[in-house]
Amino acid sequence: MAFGPFLLLALLEGTVMAAVLALTAVGLSLVFGVMRVVNVAHGAFFMLGAVSAWFVTHWMPGPPFVGFLAALILCPLFVAALAAVADWTVLKRLHYEPEATIVATIGLLYILEQAALSLYGPEARPVAAPFTWRIQLPWFGYSGYKLFVVLAAAAVLAAVWLVMTRSRAGLVMRATQMDRDMARAFGIDTDRVYAGVFALGAGLAAVAAVLIVPIQQAHYLMGGDPLLLAFIVVIIGGLGSLRGTVVAAVLIGLSDGVISVFFSPTLAKILATLLVALVLVFRPQGLFGARA
Amino acid sequence: MKALGLHLAVLAALLAAFWLLPPYHVTNMARIMVLAVFAIGYNIAFGQTGLLSLGHALFFAAGMYATGLLIEQTGLATAPALLAGLAAGAAVAAAVGVLALRTGGVSFMIVTLMFAQAGYLTILYFGGVTRGDEGFTIARAARAIGPIDLSADMPRYMAAFALFTAGLLGHLALTRSRFGRVMVAMRENEERSRMLGYNPFTVKLAALTISGLYAGAAGAAYALLFGYVGASFAAIQYSILPLLYVLLGGAGTVLGPFVGALLMFYLIEVASGLTTAYLMVVGFALLALVLFAPKGVMGTLRDKALPWLP
Amino acid sequence: MASVILEAAGLTRHFDGLKAVDGVDFSLEQGEIHALIGPNGAGKTTFVSLLSGRIPVQSGTIRLGGEDITALPAHVRVRKGIAYTFQITSIYPRLTVAANVALAARHDDPAALARVGLQDRADQIAGTLSYGHQRLLEIAMGLALSPRVLILDEPTQGLAAGEIGAFKALVQGLIPATTVLLIEHNMEVVMDVATRITVLNFGRVLATGTPARIRANPDVQAAYLGGPDAAA
Repeated sequence: MAFGPFLLLALLEGTVMAAVLALTAVGLSLVFGVMRVVNVAHGAFFMLGAVSAWFVTHWMPGPPFVGFLAALILCPLFVAALAAVADWTVLKRLHYEPEATIVATIGLLYILEQAALSLYGPEARPVAAPFTWRIQLPWFGYSGYKLFVVLAAAAVLAAVWLVMTRSRAGLVMRATQMDRDMARAFGIDTDRVYAGVFALGAGLAAVAAVLIVPIQQAHYLMGGDPLLLAFIVVIIGGLGSLRGTVVAAVLIGLSDGVISVFFSPTLAKILATLLVALVLVFRPQGLFGARA
Repeated sequence: MKALGLHLAVLAALLAAFWLLPPYHVTNMARIMVLAVFAIGYNIAFGQTGLLSLGHALFFAAGMYATGLLIEQTGLATAPALLAGLAAGAAVAAAVGVLALRTGGVSFMIVTLMFAQAGYLTILYFGGVTRGDEGFTIARAARAIGPIDLSADMPRYMAAFALFTAGLLGHLALTRSRFGRVMVAMRENEERSRMLGYNPFTVKLAALTISGLYAGAAGAAYALLFGYVGASFAAIQYSILPLLYVLLGGAGTVLGPFVGALLMFYLIEVASGLTTAYLMVVGFALLALVLFAPKGVMGTLRDKALPWLP
Repeated sequence: MASVILEAAGLTRHFDGLKAVDGVDFSLEQGEIHALIGPNGAGKTTFVSLLSGRIPVQSGTIRLGGEDITALPAHVRVRKGIAYTFQITSIYPRLTVAANVALAARHDDPAALARVGLQDRADQIAGTLSYGHQRLLEIAMGLALSPRVLILDEPTQGLAAGEIGAFKALVQGLIPATTVLLIEHNMEVVMDVATRITVLNFGRVLATGTPARIRANPDVQAAYLGGPDAAA
């Protein structure tokens, strides 16, 4: 394949990556923005979305798209509920103190990963895509499902944006983010808001995972890379800025996709991790966050 | 005086353990002592100075790979290779500190985590030299200082014991020194310490560098005594383990890291006999500690019963 | 003519459009007790934070004993002789009283404790002291630094009447060996103890002079002192 089409292929792959990454990162960003919590177990919620999708599609009778649809609805709800429980039983009791919370989410990460290992096993298992439709471009065929992923992710992000800016729930979340004590004074139950936000963040990661699992495979350690990339996106985009997160996700998803195709994935990751560290050291507000 | 007596008693018990314990546990104890030195180093940064790093695996691996690669690739003698490992740990810690200490709190945790991840990935990337995840073994012939073969049971145990003794007594001396108290002051109230004329950056950088020295020494010793160098020692798990040992044993106490390493080692041992998902015990331990016992074993002991415990 | 130990020229600091300190000229004479007064929000704490180095200067210069210290970070200024006690008490609550002072003095210093009357509490955990005693501990720590200039930020706030009397005697005993710059709202303390007073308002110097001159100054009366129920 000539360079031009190869680049196009890399960009398409990067776009799919960016879409899934944007969903995952927005989940992480919401949790940090509203709760000031760095959730190291975010990747584990992602993984649970994929692993539970395997269970649902495995046990659901009928054609693949029925199982997939069921997974797309049930798995994020399941993961969200789990997250809400974790928030209520652990994080709330720690009063969301930053260092203790990070240590607690590390503990949660180990527990969730090992639970998946125990119940699902160490192998990577595929999940069938809901439909197999190939788009035929002049230079190569491309999976129609991957394009569906991009559209679905964009739709979910649009829905999140609408909820955050137009609904009462979104208003309550933004109020709590701006000033927790003031929100309490206005009668908002901040504990329930936090549980809801934590659940929403995990749920978004799970949706991203269900979307990606027909392309990748489900594996109990698959949360590590999405976590790292989501971190990078959120920090570069500016912690707490939704718009920054989406823009950064597009930038990083595309460049990671391109670098991985043309160079080595490991090198791409090395550059990405160093970039996060240096951004935090020299420009902590990221690209879009307000200077603290 | 009581404190010194207690620590000497613990050391004496560890020395005697070589003859009292069965060989399987003797090897375990040697491993635990080396890991405890790593944990003591972590404690100096975290427990004593308040720097919660999530990237200490980088310093451990720096020592391990410096020593291992120098022996394998250049045929350097064991003793200087060991010293190179110490120096590597300290140098990498200082380099990371110069950048990372410009941030604090949560940012510091993430920055150290990122640098460690980059280090781990770099080891994988240069797999031609480092042999990546698979790692490499160090020949028995190269694991000797003069006539002493460090791969044999007794010299190995005694070497680990000597390292641990130096590390433990070194830390005890540090906590009693003027600088040790300044490190604690920086943890307790940084702004006040600054307004008493102490430079927060240099104090924290020194603490991190000493911490890196300990970690590098532990990594180098681990390579020499157990004969294996691998990328897994640079992965996130080896940043979480010292944190766990210190939390469990008691952050900010001198014996805490050893107690935590000992307990956690055997907890994982027992768990791995029961299930393949034994790392779950790490998760539950972290949660239980942070929710119910943030002061750890020695910390709680010091609080409730023994205020003189360093 | 007393010598000037600390002086500031054209000191300015804004915060997002708010001029907290706006072109302030100030000079502190060796061996005096100089009080800084003014309404809330006048810029007093910001001003002394600029002097002590806690907040960086945006324009202007600061000289200590003739030496330009404008670019020096806070911890270096402390070593050069400026000590600052916090408006909200900032000690080491989990350490003993003696350990607190030892950190300031860089060696054990029972004399500093004795000067504030806390020598019998040397082994007490600092966090268990009464609020008034914690304020005194903080002053002891300031003294233990053997400073050339001791800046006290609202030292009598929260003290009981008897403790205030002891405080006044303590401060008067510090000079002329040290120089004291004191932010205070308690006018009785200010009038009794101060050699000179500077009044700040909206980040600018309104007036400087002896207590009598300041009391008689109509601008000061209008802005701040105005009547029996003066700002407390």
